[in-house]
Amino acid sequence: MNAFIQFLFNGISLGSVYAIIALGYTMVYGIAKMLNFAHGDVIMVGAYISFCATSYLGMPGWASVVLSVIVCTVLGVVIEGLAYRPLRDAGPLAVLITAIGVSYFLQNAAQLIWGATPKNFTSLVTFPVPGFLAQYKVSAVSIVTVIACLIIMVGLMWFTANTKMGKAMRACSEDKAAAQLMGVNVNKTISMTFAIGSGLAAIAGVLLCSYSPVLKPTTGAMPGIKAFTAAVFGGIGSIPGAFVGGILLGIIEAMAKAYISSNLANSIVFAVLIVVLLIKPAGLLGKYVPEKV
Amino acid sequence: MGFLKDKVTRRDFITYAGVIVAFVIVQLLVNTHVIPYSLRGQLVPVTCYIVMAISLNLVVGVAGDLSLGHAGFMSVGSFTGIVTAMSLASAIPSPVVRLVLAMIVGAVFAALAGFLIGLPVLRLRGDYLAIVSLAFGEIIKDLVNCLIVGADSHGLHVIFDMAGTKTINDLNLAEGGVAIIKGAQGASGTTTISTFAAGFVLIMIALVIVLNLVRSRTGRAIMAVRDNKIAAESVGLSTTKYRMIAFVVSAAIAGAAGALYGNNFSQMSASQFDFNTSILVLVFVVLGGLGNMRGSIIAAALLTILPEALRQFSDYRMLVYAIVLILVMLFTNNPQLKALIQRLNPRFRKEAAADGE
Repeated sequence: MNAFIQFLFNGISLGSVYAIIALGYTMVYGIAKMLNFAHGDVIMVGAYISFCATSYLGMPGWASVVLSVIVCTVLGVVIEGLAYRPLRDAGPLAVLITAIGVSYFLQNAAQLIWGATPKNFTSLVTFPVPGFLAQYKVSAVSIVTVIACLIIMVGLMWFTANTKMGKAMRACSEDKAAAQLMGVNVNKTISMTFAIGSGLAAIAGVLLCSYSPVLKPTTGAMPGIKAFTAAVFGGIGSIPGAFVGGILLGIIEAMAKAYISSNLANSIVFAVLIVVLLIKPAGLLGKYVPEKV
Repeated sequence: MGFLKDKVTRRDFITYAGVIVAFVIVQLLVNTHVIPYSLRGQLVPVTCYIVMAISLNLVVGVAGDLSLGHAGFMSVGSFTGIVTAMSLASAIPSPVVRLVLAMIVGAVFAALAGFLIGLPVLRLRGDYLAIVSLAFGEIIKDLVNCLIVGADSHGLHVIFDMAGTKTINDLNLAEGGVAIIKGAQGASGTTTISTFAAGFVLIMIALVIVLNLVRSRTGRAIMAVRDNKIAAESVGLSTTKYRMIAFVVSAAIAGAAGALYGNNFSQMSASQFDFNTSILVLVFVVLGGLGNMRGSIIAAALLTILPEALRQFSDYRMLVYAIVLILVMLFTNNPQLKALIQRLNPRFRKEAAADGE
């Protein structure tokens, strides 16, 4: 039983990292309707920035996170402006291939700057864990990750429901043309979405690498895909959906690793996704919109 | 040559002729040692990627389903092909016959995998289909990583090693038996029997199958389903059936390409057929033009050789590749940039008009 609870906590904290990435993914997908394959690589850039800030510049941990959020936010906006905005009216495949190009670019640029040898990321979060959690080997990072994830989700829900920009985002995701007619600046709204998504990716990058300390140019690729899976799982475009999807995915992965096979853990995660999509084609919390003539 | 009067037939025959001419030229260059040794090793992989591009174009371009797991079928074909060729090594001495058998077996198994995966995948559309096909590609990779296969005089020995604890010793091979696939290490010690000529023949076969399928009644039905699902359904076409035909044929061709690819290297692991390989082939298809087989062939050949040609940039070559990829997408899809190119070069204007027909 003790072991089970330990695996459960593991799953929840891993799932919270996925959830933070998935929240960014789901915002971007909800509005730009594009599979942003470069999202995972923004995570990697965020982790590298934080790594450099602490090890080379000697900045304190919290400052390195702030710096990495700022850099990634700018990076996200620049990527959107240079690569995705010119293709706003193009087909989805053209945008997808461009996103893949951006992903290659970020990975190879990172390899040129920081080299292919993995860096050993020292965890930024260290504080004594309270006794009732320490008996299940819950780490400080896990606690911070879960709390950060909850704050981010609640913050995003409040932001999209109450602020002017948040309402503009929801309007754009419903119908861009109609939103434009109502005076919403669509380009600015999409930029803002990319800024938020990339900023969240930076936080996720730092937490991910505090959790598993190997940092290399391809670090972001698999978490990126898994987070997208989590977003689809929960119902893409839905903020609580991304949260639920991320947490469930983390728990399934941790349990599969512990009880079934560590080699097949990823496969089991993907298999669950397939089953869920077959039963509920729009994901757990997504709205199913039937096709009309 | 009356049949060449038909415009579509003429187009197809120009494609066939182009492939044949290209093969003869490259073969001559190889025989006269004009092509450097480093590039000669790329010949068979290039043909494999061309076949992969043709096959994926059938799903993405003709049937309109964005599949991101195509490397999975290549993987299935590759490993079944390797097992076939290796286990028959003593029974059939001729490498050509073994290669043909390997490609057939690879195609059959990949088609089977295509059918099984198609059942759930083809119930979805758009981005959901993309993510589920990606998931299947990763699942195939993980499953193949768990396989340990060996052959001896009693036949094939297969272990599915889920916990990652077993080794080739658990196969209990008889004297003279060979271990063919060794779990996560993949297949090693494979006799390399693939040849450039075989690759050329496979390209021709794939082209004949795909082009004839596209021009047939079935092909028109597939495209009708792609263009408007509801309209196609309302005239009595079964959307799932026609998308399934495209998916399975495409998987079979990818399996044959995989068998050719697998038997070209002495060492091959399942991790080589991951998401990135699927994406690589998708890039060929999109840059070559959706539904345009000739474009797929040219794009696959150029883009496989491009990283080699960019050798002089050494470390920067993949960076250059990424930038080229982004710029090509921007210049071919952005309305303003497209207009700019057409103004600069009147020839493009004519081509654009021809595309519009």
